[in-house]
Amino acid sequence: MPIEGYKGVFVFAQQVDNKLAGVSYELLGKAQELAKELNCEVSAVLLGSKVEGLCDNLAKYGAERVVLVDDPALETYMTEPYAYALSEVLKKHKPEIVLYGATAIGRDLAPRVSARIHTGLTADCTGLAIEEETHHLLMTRPAFGGNIMATIVCADFRPQMATVRPGVMPRREKEGTVRANVEKFALPDIAKHVNVEILDIVKKVSGKMDIQDAKVLVSGGRGMGGPENFPILEELASALGGTVSSSRAAVDSGWVEKDRQVGQTGKTVRPNLYVACGISGAIQHLAGMEESDIIVAINKDPGAPIFEVADYGVVGDALKIVPLFTEAVKRALQKKATA
Amino acid sequence: MKIIVCIKQVPNTNEVRLDQKTGTLIREGVPSIINPDDKAGLEAALKLKDSLGAHVTVLSMGPPQADAALREALAMGVDEAILISDRAFGGADTWATSSTLAAAIRKLEYDLIITGRQAIDGDTAQVGPQISEHLGIPNISYAEGIEIGKGTVTVKRQYEDRYHMVKTKLPCLITALSELGAPRYMTPSGIFDAWQRKIPVWGRGDLTIDDSNIGLNGSPTRVKKSFTKAVKGKGTVVTLDPEESAGWLVDRLSEKFVI
Repeated sequence: MPIEGYKGVFVFAQQVDNKLAGVSYELLGKAQELAKELNCEVSAVLLGSKVEGLCDNLAKYGAERVVLVDDPALETYMTEPYAYALSEVLKKHKPEIVLYGATAIGRDLAPRVSARIHTGLTADCTGLAIEEETHHLLMTRPAFGGNIMATIVCADFRPQMATVRPGVMPRREKEGTVRANVEKFALPDIAKHVNVEILDIVKKVSGKMDIQDAKVLVSGGRGMGGPENFPILEELASALGGTVSSSRAAVDSGWVEKDRQVGQTGKTVRPNLYVACGISGAIQHLAGMEESDIIVAINKDPGAPIFEVADYGVVGDALKIVPLFTEAVKRALQKKATA
Repeated sequence: MKIIVCIKQVPNTNEVRLDQKTGTLIREGVPSIINPDDKAGLEAALKLKDSLGAHVTVLSMGPPQADAALREALAMGVDEAILISDRAFGGADTWATSSTLAAAIRKLEYDLIITGRQAIDGDTAQVGPQISEHLGIPNISYAEGIEIGKGTVTVKRQYEDRYHMVKTKLPCLITALSELGAPRYMTPSGIFDAWQRKIPVWGRGDLTIDDSNIGLNGSPTRVKKSFTKAVKGKGTVVTLDPEESAGWLVDRLSEKFVI
């Protein structure tokens, strides 16, 4: 089929435990922009078991149609049944673009599907746009550990597929109640494609807020000296209504859990306020946080690269400044509350 | 038991610097290393060699210099190394790279294939799952633990907020995480032997694969352009005493209505 015959922007709507992943909403936000330029429809593909209840939510965030494959064999993510079901949907509907979240599921599923249906796949995109002349999808991503950006095209194969970093695309919620236009996609033999057995599922218990959901992040790096000094960051975060994150150095030293890590090999965050404490600002770290609305940096070294991206920088010892900053924040908030 | 490990030689991207004036990468003097996730995969394979007597073959696709990465793997203790190298393979994206590697793997016997999750120069995590698709075998990505049973493998498969214990029949492809364990060092006698070895090089003529599935022409994706990120305008940096610093920050954040 000539590539002109491929139409529509599709989003793989990831759900786990019957809950949609945040990145699915973000992808739908971006998909609306792309579809407007291409003058086509946005569809979400939802795979799972007894997940029809999620369809209206997908509509509310921009899916004009939801293609639903509901099957007991799709209850828990497994590569092959998911790859099979999604490939069948894509073969039938022939979309022009397919977007996936660059998650531990999306980054496993998308390459498997791309190899199966023989098309290109661009990983971990942070920018997506339509090229005016050719109408090709321009997929921009960091390369070389975040040192450069590369724009990738898939000119001769369809669909054009990309995984997209969670946390970088804006959500676009529709007003009021929106009912989904659901297309049930019948696929009778999915269970035959199960080729692994899940013996056990162990969830990590973390009482802390996901750093990608936080509006305020107080982030600590090597300059914090050790895990014993992280409680002062917790106090600042709690005063500002946020949570604590960290640089790779602090994770590699075993001071903080891996799920707190911001950067190229960690998570991309864009909070309203990012406070970097004792973080020098290696390019891999900056790649994960420079889109934050306001960046505050506290570091001893006036030459630290973090000051290149900071809106407000203070040269000094984070261990001394942060506790005083916390007290000053509390005083300011109290004053505001009584004003 | 036969294990194939795929490794990539990569520039140590932690040591790549930007030329602030020209905005280009400074690649001179940046050392080449075995990609860290691949090295974790090598270690996992060598542990299975230690415990089960597995035979480990390491493959690398790349320019002739990738020979050095293969010799390092030999010095760590793998049994065999093969370099897949030809100008015809150059410029490959993940699709063409995986189809080329799959063509090479089809010439070998294997029960288990291990690749790293992702390489630090590209960070795509795509080649492993794509190889398994080309070969038509199951894959389990993001492995932080591997246990071999009777004709089966059980993998501790990592997700963001959980892990699954996943069991499947061999043959299977696994993508390795650094959590599998710190790689062992090369041994002195291993280094000596590794440099004596002849490493076979497989070129275009050694693989049964269509021209439309290799190299630049077999790559659905192309790099249209690369550029350095626009630098955000620099903000204000002050040096004050700690108390003043705290007050200054609160004043700035209040102005912006953050507090």
